Amino acid sequence: MTAPAGRRVRAVLVLAGGVALVLLAVLPPSLPTYVVIVLTECLIYAVAAGSLDLLIGYTGLASLGHAAFFTVGAYTTALLATRSGASFGTALGASVLLAAAASAAVGLLALRASGIYFMMITLSVAMCAWGLAYRWVSLTGGDTGIVGIPRPRLGLGWLAGEGLEFYYATLALFAGCLVLLLLLVASPFGRTLVGIRDSESRMRVLGFNVWLHKYLALVIAGAFAGLAGSLYAYYNGFVGPNAVDLAHSMQFVLMVIVGGPGTLVGPLLGAFMITVLEKAVSVFTERWVMVLAAVYVVTALWAPRGLLGLLRPVRR
Amino acid sequence: MQFWITQAFNGISYAALLFLVGGGLTLIFGVMKIVNIAHGSFYLLGGYLGVALFARTGSFYLALAAAAVAVALAGMLVERVFLRAVEGDDLRQMLLTMGIALFVQDLCLLVWGGDPFNLRGPVYFGWSVKVGGLSFPVLRLFMIGAAALLFVVLWWFQERTRAGAMVRAAVDNAEMTEALGVNVPLLRMGVFGLGALLAAFGGVVGSAFMGIYPGVDFEILPYAFVVVIVGGMGSLTGALVAAVLLGLADNFGKALFPEISYFTLFAPMGIVLALRPSGLFGRS
Repeated sequence: MTAPAGRRVRAVLVLAGGVALVLLAVLPPSLPTYVVIVLTECLIYAVAAGSLDLLIGYTGLASLGHAAFFTVGAYTTALLATRSGASFGTALGASVLLAAAASAAVGLLALRASGIYFMMITLSVAMCAWGLAYRWVSLTGGDTGIVGIPRPRLGLGWLAGEGLEFYYATLALFAGCLVLLLLLVASPFGRTLVGIRDSESRMRVLGFNVWLHKYLALVIAGAFAGLAGSLYAYYNGFVGPNAVDLAHSMQFVLMVIVGGPGTLVGPLLGAFMITVLEKAVSVFTERWVMVLAAVYVVTALWAPRGLLGLLRPVRR
Repeated sequence: MQFWITQAFNGISYAALLFLVGGGLTLIFGVMKIVNIAHGSFYLLGGYLGVALFARTGSFYLALAAAAVAVALAGMLVERVFLRAVEGDDLRQMLLTMGIALFVQDLCLLVWGGDPFNLRGPVYFGWSVKVGGLSFPVLRLFMIGAAALLFVVLWWFQERTRAGAMVRAAVDNAEMTEALGVNVPLLRMGVFGLGALLAAFGGVVGSAFMGIYPGVDFEILPYAFVVVIVGGMGSLTGALVAAVLLGLADNFGKALFPEISYFTLFAPMGIVLALRPSGLFGRS
């Protein structure tokens, strides 16, 4: 990075991020309920988009199937919460573990290929997840989905009142995920992933186990997606196949690219932007899909490095 | 025995549809190396246009030809105006085709609404051929015949004509082909149009077979992808074999394990990837 300019941008970003987190913590009690609901959704998608950036931005693995692991998490929580009355912690933990396991299984297959093959395989996997959700009626409820997922009782009512309890739980988990992801990309493991993205053959010659690094990145990202999915199930109170169709799968990718792949903070912003845009546009028109289509095309044509990519000087 | 023959026949007629969609996609993949998410949209658009044109003209074959050509032209336009601007970047191409897919999806919803349409086609599509105790619907026979005919024509084009040789050369090494004086950008536009044409053809036939409705574009897309993955990029023969495997797996899957039938897509793909990552007929 061209040192002074890059460092200044970085300092500004860190500062802005800190301020944003403080605002997210302090403001909600004085905000309308609807805004808090939208913010909760933003935070959940931010966890999914941030973890996908680990793959797209840092490892160079363009996974189009991230929603599959989000789905696994969402359905695991939905089933545990409605059928066996599991606690918040149990459902969350089980969702993360199962999503990681699903990711580990898919990874074995998907990492047989690279490039556009990898994209096609992960996309097909996501569609398989959708197909299972849609047709495996006895488990998933099919098109009807699973309804009546109760909001978890966390005993945090004293903090900010019942209405804000789930928001703060989500915010805390989001902050935890953010810290974990930041530590991860700054660690030797994360640096190795970037090395693999830039030149796989060089890293192999240097003696790194490229396959294992990619595989672990996939499993870790899958675990985070599972967590996001679990929160989504609680947030929405309902999980159906619609939440995990192709359009949603691609939306995670869009969030990453719109914000700026390989920046971690960018995809979080991307998640906020797309989610808020959807709510805002839907007030004025039924043609949200048209607007979304335009966002895809504009991003692809004119902003492939995303919002933060516009701020950063071009490297190399 | 009757169960097995009927199901196999149904599987093969579904395979015919899968070949039309997947065969077009494999041509596009081979020459352009892009993840074309808009491929299902060509199917969707072809289907709706086919239904509309059949209602106007009353001629199935005219509707079929006109819808396929119209969608092919639209596909060439998309290639020329949009895809060429982001050449060589997988993610940008993929995002672009996703944007186009959403646009077409919403446009169709706007024009034709959310209700499903069925294309009735000529009267004899409702008849069946009886052999022994078994009956074979004419529509399904037509699908199999059309796909077989198109396979032969496409194979002849690719293996026996000069343009086909250029396509094969561009699949193997686009840069070198261009250096030899072949107009590769024009070739790409043509192949993209041909792929769109096949998908639209599939859409018209599919709307007679299982109807056309919002969301069918994204439903058929993974089947097309798996045809390409299993068959190998750019290989027509591979697409044919993969389509038959998939059609049979899907049909027997639906008949034997209806709940996890979508998963039968996954099985052939998993096995092929584990054994031959470049697909049955693909060259690594």
